[in-house]
Amino acid sequence: MALRKYIFSVDHKIVGMQYLCTGLVMAFVGGYLAYVFRHQLAWPNEPVPLFGMVGPDQYNASVTMHGTIMVFWVAMPILLSGFGNYLLPLMIGAPDMAFPRLNMMSFWTFFLSTLLLMSSFLVPGGAASGGWTSYPPLAASPGLSGVEWGGHLWILAVALEFASMLMGGINFLTTTLTMRAPGMTLFRMPILVWMLNIASLVFMFSVGPLIAGAFMLLADRLFQTGFFLPQSGGDPLLFQHLFWFFGHPEVYVLLFPALGIIAEVMTVFARKPFFGYRPLIYASLIASVLSFLVWAHHQFISGMDPRLAAPFSITTIIISVPFAVAIFSYIATLWGGSIELKTPMIFALGMLAEFLVGGVTGIFNGSAAADIYLHDTYFVVAHFHYTLFPVTFLAGFAGIYFWYPKWFGRLMNETWGKIHAVLTIISFNVTFLPLFAIGLVGHQRRIFDPSLFDYLQPFQHLHVISTWGFIILFLSQIIFVVNFIASLCYGPIATRNPWSAATLEWLAPSPPGHGNFEEPPVVHRGPYDYSLPGLTGKDWKNQTEAV
Amino acid sequence: MMLHWLPINISTYGHKIDHVILVIYLIVGIWFLLAEGILGYFIIRYHRSKGQPAIFQPGTSLRSLMWVLIPAALVLAFDIGIEVVQGPIWEEIKMNLPEKPDQTIRIRGRQFVWEITHPGPDGRLDTADDIKTFNQLTIPVHQKIVFELQAEDVIHSLWIPNLRLKQDAVPGRTIRGWFETMQTGTYPIACAELCGSGHGTMQGQLHVMDFADYQKWLAEQTPSGEGATSGTP
Repeated sequence: MALRKYIFSVDHKIVGMQYLCTGLVMAFVGGYLAYVFRHQLAWPNEPVPLFGMVGPDQYNASVTMHGTIMVFWVAMPILLSGFGNYLLPLMIGAPDMAFPRLNMMSFWTFFLSTLLLMSSFLVPGGAASGGWTSYPPLAASPGLSGVEWGGHLWILAVALEFASMLMGGINFLTTTLTMRAPGMTLFRMPILVWMLNIASLVFMFSVGPLIAGAFMLLADRLFQTGFFLPQSGGDPLLFQHLFWFFGHPEVYVLLFPALGIIAEVMTVFARKPFFGYRPLIYASLIASVLSFLVWAHHQFISGMDPRLAAPFSITTIIISVPFAVAIFSYIATLWGGSIELKTPMIFALGMLAEFLVGGVTGIFNGSAAADIYLHDTYFVVAHFHYTLFPVTFLAGFAGIYFWYPKWFGRLMNETWGKIHAVLTIISFNVTFLPLFAIGLVGHQRRIFDPSLFDYLQPFQHLHVISTWGFIILFLSQIIFVVNFIASLCYGPIATRNPWSAATLEWLAPSPPGHGNFEEPPVVHRGPYDYSLPGLTGKDWKNQTEAV
Repeated sequence: MMLHWLPINISTYGHKIDHVILVIYLIVGIWFLLAEGILGYFIIRYHRSKGQPAIFQPGTSLRSLMWVLIPAALVLAFDIGIEVVQGPIWEEIKMNLPEKPDQTIRIRGRQFVWEITHPGPDGRLDTADDIKTFNQLTIPVHQKIVFELQAEDVIHSLWIPNLRLKQDAVPGRTIRGWFETMQTGTYPIACAELCGSGHGTMQGQLHVMDFADYQKWLAEQTPSGEGATSGTP
C-alpha cells in the first residue's frame, strides 16, 4: 500500500513534504525562466543556451510566469503549506491536522493547479504574458495581448491554487485552536505556529476580493462582460484595487512564516529565549490588520485620485513601526547569546541582514513623491527581490537544513551546507545590487531589449554583472540538491534532538511515525527556555519538563 | 552615492523629487548601517568560540523592552519627518495643476506609440490648426505645460526620466498633469507599464526648444485638420 502511504496520504507530514517538494521543483522552473530573461537582458539578440532566441512575446511570458510561479507556486507552498503542514501539528503536540482528508484534498487541488499552470506553456499562443499582476485591459483582452488559452489557464490555475490554500488555512486555524496538547496555552506556542496562523488569517481575509477579480477577468476574456473594460462601462483600475487589496497582505503571508522559521533557528543557535516574545506576537497582529489598509501604495501613479496618496502614505508609514519592533527583537535575541554558525543559522542571519535591505528600500517606494520617479523601474524590482528572496529562499533553506534531521532521520552535510549558504548569499547580492543602480538611471521594467534605448546603453554592463550573479546563484543550488538527495542515504544518523532544541517536535522520533508522539505530550513551559539560570548538564528545558 | 545615478533633471520640480530621494537615503542609510553594524557586532562578539555562556534574557520586563521600543519610536519619528518632506511635493506635482498653463497638449498611448496632439499656433486643442505627431513631443522651454493623458487600448505609462515625470495612461480616463522645463535639448520618452509585445519598443523624444526655435518649428508643421497626422510612427 505504498501508493496509499506516500502518494494519497492524509498524514500531515506526507502532505507537507509533497507541498515542499512541489515547491522546490517549481523553484527550478521559475529559476530557469529567470535565466532565460536575464540572459536576454545581458546579451540581447543572442540566442540563449538551452532555450534559443527570445522574442518580445517569449520575454513577456517568461517574466510573467517567473513572477507567478515564484510567488504562488514556490513561496506559498514551501513557506506556508510545506513547513506549516509538517510542523504545525508536531509543534503543538497534536497527532495530525484537524481535517486530514481536507488536507489531502488541499494538496491535490494544488497539484492540479500546478498542472494547469504548466500546461499553459504548451497551448497555442503560449503562456500568460500580461505580468504577474495581470492588469486589464491587456490581460482581459486576448486580442490585445495575443495570448488566448494561456491567459485563461493562468486565471484558473491561480484561482484553484487559492482554493487549495484556503483549505490549508482552515486546517491550520482549526488545528491550532482545537488540538493543542494539554498545557499548550496560546502564549506557550512556538513563534512559527503563531506566524503560520496569522499568515493564514491574513490570506483568508484578503483572497476573496482577488478570487472575485480573477473570475471577473475570466468573464471579460471569455464573454466580453466588460467588468474592467471602459468601452463597456467597466474600469481597469478596479482590478488593480482588488489585486493589491490581496497583493500587499500576500507579502506578509510569506513574510510571517519566514519570520517564524528564523525565530526557531535563531533561538536554538544563540541559546537564547526570544527577546520579547509577546511584543513580537502583538506587533505581528497589528501589522496584519494594517496590511489591509496600505494596498494603494502600489498605485500612486496609476491614475487613481491623487488625494488618496496621503492616507496610503501614512498607513504605510505606520506599518513600518510593528516591523521595526520585530526586526529589533530579532537582533536583540542575539545579544548576550552563545552563537553557533551552523548552516541553518547562517541562512537565518542572512535572511535578517538581506531583508533589512528590502525593508529600507521600500521606504523610497512608499513615499509617493519619490515613487513618481522610482515606480516601475528596476529599483522596484531590486527592492522586492530583496524582500521576497530572503523570505522565500534564505528563510526556506534555514528551515530545510534545520528540520531535515527531523524529517528524514539524517543530517545534511554541514560543510557543503555552509558553502551553499555563502555562495547563495553572495551571488544573490551580485544579482540584485546592480538593479538598484540601473533603476535609478531610469530603466523601466519589462522591456525585452535595453539596447534599443540610447539612454540605457552606458549601463548595459550592470545587466551583465547581474546575469553572471544569477548564473552563479542558480548553479549554486546544484550543491543543495545533491546534498539534499545524498544525505537521504549517506547523511549522519540524527538523534531525536540533534540541535538541543526545546520545542515539542524534537521529542518525537526522527522521522515521526503516524500519530507523531509515542505518548501525548503535556506542556509545562514556554518554547524557548534556553540558558535558564541554575541549569547543570544541558542548558535548556523541553516544553514538557516540569517547572 | 545614490543620486549620481539619476539622469540630469530639466524640470522645475524634478530637483524636489531628487531631494526627497536624498533625504530618505540619508535617514534610512544611517539606520541601515546601524542595524547591520549591531547585527554583525553581536555575531562576532557573542560567537560561541568566545567561550562565554548565553545569558537568560527573555525581554519580558518593560525596562529591557525599551531597547526595542525606543528605536521603534524613533523610526516612527523619522518616518513622519519623511512624510512631512514628501507630502507637499506630491501635492505640488500631482494635485496642484497650474490654473493658467501656457499650453495644453494631449498625449494618447496606444499599442505601441504615443500619439501627441500639439495645440498649434492658436494655442487651443481641438481646433483645425492642431499638430499631431507620433512619439515626438515638441515644447517651448520655460513654459507651464499641462497634458491630458489618455490611452486607446491598454494601460500605458508616460515616462520621461529627465522630467522626473511618470503617469499611467488608463483607457476610459483623461488624466491631467503638468510640467515646466528649464533647459533645451532632446530627451527620451518611454512607456513604463507593460502594454503588450511591443512594450519594449515604445519610445519617443521630447524636444525642448527656446521660443524662437519653437516658433520656427510651428511654422514648418502642417496642421492635421481633422483626423490627419504627420510624423512617422
